[in-house]
Amino acid sequence: MADIVIDRVVKEFGTFRALQEVSLTVNDGEFVALLGPSGCGKTTLLRIIAGLETQTSGHVVIGGQDVSTLAPRKRGLAMVFQNYAVFPHMTVFENVAFGLRMQKAQQAEVKRKVERAAALLHIESYLDRYPAKLSGGQRQRVAVARALAVEPAVLLMDEPLSNLDALLRLEMRTELKAVLREAGTTTIYVTHDQTEAMGLADRIAVMYGGKIDQIGSPLEIYATPATRFVGGFIGSPPMNFIKVQCSHGTARIGDAALPCPTTGMDMELGLRGEDASLAPNGSGIPFDIRVVEPMGSHLLLTGSIDGQPARIVAPPIAKVSPGERVGLTVDPARVTWIDSTTGRAVVRA
Amino acid sequence: MPARTSWIPYALIAPSVIFLGALFLVPLVQTIWLSFSAGDGFSLGNYQRMASDLNFSLAVRNTFLLTLVVVPLQVVLALAMATMVTKLDKGRDLVLWVLTIPLGISDLAAGLAWLALLQNTGYLNSALYALGLIQGPVGWLSQETPWALFFAIVLAELWRATAIVLVILIAGLQLIPKEFSEAAEIFGAKPWTRFTRITLPLLKPSLQSALILRTVLAFEVFAVVYALGGRNFPVLAGEAYVWQNDNQNYGVAAAYAVLIMAISLAATAVYLRALRTRPEQLP
Ligand SMILES: Nc1ncnc2c1ncn2[C@@H]1O[C@H](COP(=O)(O)OP(=O)(O)OP(=O)(O)O)[C@@H](O)[C@H]1O
Ligand SMILES: [Mg+2]
Repeated sequence: MADIVIDRVVKEFGTFRALQEVSLTVNDGEFVALLGPSGCGKTTLLRIIAGLETQTSGHVVIGGQDVSTLAPRKRGLAMVFQNYAVFPHMTVFENVAFGLRMQKAQQAEVKRKVERAAALLHIESYLDRYPAKLSGGQRQRVAVARALAVEPAVLLMDEPLSNLDALLRLEMRTELKAVLREAGTTTIYVTHDQTEAMGLADRIAVMYGGKIDQIGSPLEIYATPATRFVGGFIGSPPMNFIKVQCSHGTARIGDAALPCPTTGMDMELGLRGEDASLAPNGSGIPFDIRVVEPMGSHLLLTGSIDGQPARIVAPPIAKVSPGERVGLTVDPARVTWIDSTTGRAVVRA
Repeated sequence: MPARTSWIPYALIAPSVIFLGALFLVPLVQTIWLSFSAGDGFSLGNYQRMASDLNFSLAVRNTFLLTLVVVPLQVVLALAMATMVTKLDKGRDLVLWVLTIPLGISDLAAGLAWLALLQNTGYLNSALYALGLIQGPVGWLSQETPWALFFAIVLAELWRATAIVLVILIAGLQLIPKEFSEAAEIFGAKPWTRFTRITLPLLKPSLQSALILRTVLAFEVFAVVYALGGRNFPVLAGEAYVWQNDNQNYGVAAAYAVLIMAISLAATAVYLRALRTRPEQLP
């Protein structure tokens, strides 16, 4: 069993609070992606779990054991560093073998496991080279192979595929997911690429400003964002937020009316671009189109609703043109209502 | 590149070449020439005279002994101190500053300071006497106690010149990103393993510079030895001084100087080979 419990972890650098009371539970064998913008504290949280950084307060429990004060090497985990940290004075083989050597594994076993990890990451042909002679993406794969070679119970990865080209990244992503699932590795995977997080993770934790805003399955995060930030961060195009006045359980936008959950407060209507459809007769929520971008699979329409900027996804064959006003119909069950003052979603009754 | 600008680089380095030539190369050639000339024309007379001198083999032995003891000790001490200093969070600059104070003291002054401590009427004897540990003044630095004298010289050299190694190694340590050590720790390396498998190999270029500098200087050791032991502990540079000033024999003095240079060059060559870092292994 190697579940991870992060209990109200706070990290301060001097007066700066990099993490504010972060709590997160990762089940045994689960794959959790930490997703968030640059500087939100992802690396800091990972380093605290690894023991490379000491939390200001709070606990880290791995496999039922409180490891908060334990040295990194006693926590039984492997890590891929954001800047790789591949040893420059060792060949690729020795880099990948490092963890096994520290475990005093037999030479034959070392060779077998190194070759297996190298094959998985497509670095077999560089095994006797030194890292300085490799490209950034190749070095990054050495770092991943080094972590996989020890077959850890817990694996922490800090943007492990960020430097690969799109095609290779997609392939590595799939293989990584298969291997880690098969081995039952508990994984925390840091990324700021949402498609990567969506594709890989059992659950996604969205971080913002040193907090976890929401944790849930990719679908939950996408369909029911807990905060304005999560809605805007996940999905492409990002969720639209339209300020509306909510009175008597109804919000009026143009001629259209939508049922809203509360009364007498400043609300924002969170609307996904793909959850709106063009009304045949121009009725519904008025949308002024400014730019039409054909994306192949769909049309991306940029314009405004009630004077507020919005992006809408339309079918590729839709007959629309810039400057036109169209009507949108929206399924009330698929919109998110945000309290303007707190930025948090209003729970539907 | 247009041909007419090709002289510019040469013109730019000309001043330093002239400077080096006048103040370094010319005296060097002169010294070598002087060491090989006795009376008229080429001869090995000076070297024969140097080698047949009573003190010669003693000076060679002492110089090597001192170098072989002092330099490794200094490197080990400096490595330990550098590791500690880089681990300090607060007051690091102050500690480093204090540790490097001996660097600002000339070697003769350092020798005299240790003489004041260790001579017959020095502070050490006074303290030991006051504690009742000795009955009267003990001569630590006399010909009768060569090992005490040797030990005193080693101590003074350690105190005086370890800091230069320390400064070089700290600079080198600061160039090594901390992630390498962290990664090693994650994958199970204990502190000593991290030191030997990660830090030391990555520190090799700095170690090489420090060793070359310290070894060359150790072969030239003179003022501290002279202050503490006079000619009771002959060393190569000391013999060169004696032949130059007391014996007024510039040829033999030059032979000593050339010998020291040859030893230094050989030591440097050894370090350059033994501690070379292949370019692809640099971070
Ligand atoms: N050692 C440190 N001292 C002071 N501040 C730090 C330190 N390490 C990180 N921070 C600050 O903590 C915040 C979070 O940093 P962190 O590296 O965790 O971000 P991140 O989410 O990993 O970002 P990125 O996606 O760019 O890697 C940043 O504002 C950063 O400036
Ligand atoms: Mg980071």
